[in-house]
Amino acid sequence: MKRIALIPERILSAFAVLSVGLLSACAAPTPGAQTSGAVFDPYEETNRKVHAFNVALDKAFVRSASKGYTTIVPDPMLDSVSSFADNLSMPTAFVNSLLQGNLKQAGTAGLRFVLNSTIGFAGLADPSTDFGIPPVDTDFGETLAVWGFGEGAFVMLPVYGPSTTRDTIGIVTDLFTNPLTFAPQRPVKNLGIYTWALDQLGKRGRYSDVVDSILYDSADSYAQLRTIYLQNRRFELGQSDAAAEIDPYALDTEGF
Amino acid sequence: MNDLTRRTVMTGLAAAAVSLTAMPRAAVAALTEARARQLIDQVVNDINRVIASGKSETAMYADFEHIFAKYADTAYIAAYALGPDGRRATPAQKKAFSKAFQSYLARKYGKRFREFIGGRLEVRAVRKVKKWYEVKTTAFLRGQAPFEVTFLVSERTGKDKFFNMFVEGVNMLLTERTEIGAMLDARRGNIDAMIEDLRRAG
Repeated sequence: MKRIALIPERILSAFAVLSVGLLSACAAPTPGAQTSGAVFDPYEETNRKVHAFNVALDKAFVRSASKGYTTIVPDPMLDSVSSFADNLSMPTAFVNSLLQGNLKQAGTAGLRFVLNSTIGFAGLADPSTDFGIPPVDTDFGETLAVWGFGEGAFVMLPVYGPSTTRDTIGIVTDLFTNPLTFAPQRPVKNLGIYTWALDQLGKRGRYSDVVDSILYDSADSYAQLRTIYLQNRRFELGQSDAAAEIDPYALDTEGF
Repeated sequence: MNDLTRRTVMTGLAAAAVSLTAMPRAAVAALTEARARQLIDQVVNDINRVIASGKSETAMYADFEHIFAKYADTAYIAAYALGPDGRRATPAQKKAFSKAFQSYLARKYGKRFREFIGGRLEVRAVRKVKKWYEVKTTAFLRGQAPFEVTFLVSERTGKDKFFNMFVEGVNMLLTERTEIGAMLDARRGNIDAMIEDLRRAG
């Protein structure tokens, strides 16, 4: 009797430790004290190794493959891949909008999915945008932010690239809870992931100048990627009023 | 009686003359939303003219550098980018850095303006932030979803100048300070060596 009772207790305490670990990872630094440029990167050493691997992968394969891909495939088809990938992310965006308490955005995501999946040729076209329906871009990372979880540490993920503790939890959660995965009939397993990967390849090719300038032309590509990612993500989440932070009158410009 | 009228008239005229000269000055003295918007409109128009000129890339970089020198608070931007290391820089190093940094920015961002061909920037909103103004624009580029570009405008130097730019929340000053810091680290803090590298970068 006693032994049986002990097991769930142990599991519970293990979960407790885990969740406390996750929460504290998300808790630092305090969200209120954060400026748009602040960086919390306690895993920098590991992150830099992962970044070196990502850059090597890009050099050896992704960069040239993406250039070939975007040279051969015409722009309208690349647009179709993007629309298709976006459309597959709408059910997830719908659920996350609900979790964020944003009913209007949930409605938009739902409407987009229905319209584009039907009259938009299974999502290959984007009639929603033509009708003036705004795009929806949200994820579980944003849901966690809305729920009050802090950003956590900066994390460089293999292949995927820059992220944070909070966004990594978001990515993994979205991956395993995509409503499409539970659809009764699916043409291909993991269709969302393949489409996403193909769309990323297209984007790497299309914006190659920008990506190349960050990865290969900067003095420290890791530091550049880190600051650009964090600033942009905080902007997306509406978490910084960057314009108010730097006071041009408070700097000594004598001699410049 | 006559005298008095004349004096009154003269005083009135003098007062009018004073207020006539004073009024435009008062209007010029304070940066307004309209003027912040006007400055960015001018920047955008000048950039568009360069892009439409169809000149060679090198010639365009020179034109962009000229636009930057004309409309940007270059001293402030250079001082910010060099950061705390600026305090130990000599006056000659500061000058050299400022010059090299301007050309570097023109090359680096000039390359990106290629993406602007056939696109446009629209001024959307202007708002006051402390002593300066924030001008929000939307960039419409071919084959891309519209995105936000924000300029910050102040009259710190006595003239209306923009002193920072954000693309989708990414702060140009902060990003360049990170880059200059990395270049300094690579040269173990040697400012002259970093300036040499900067002349070739971008």
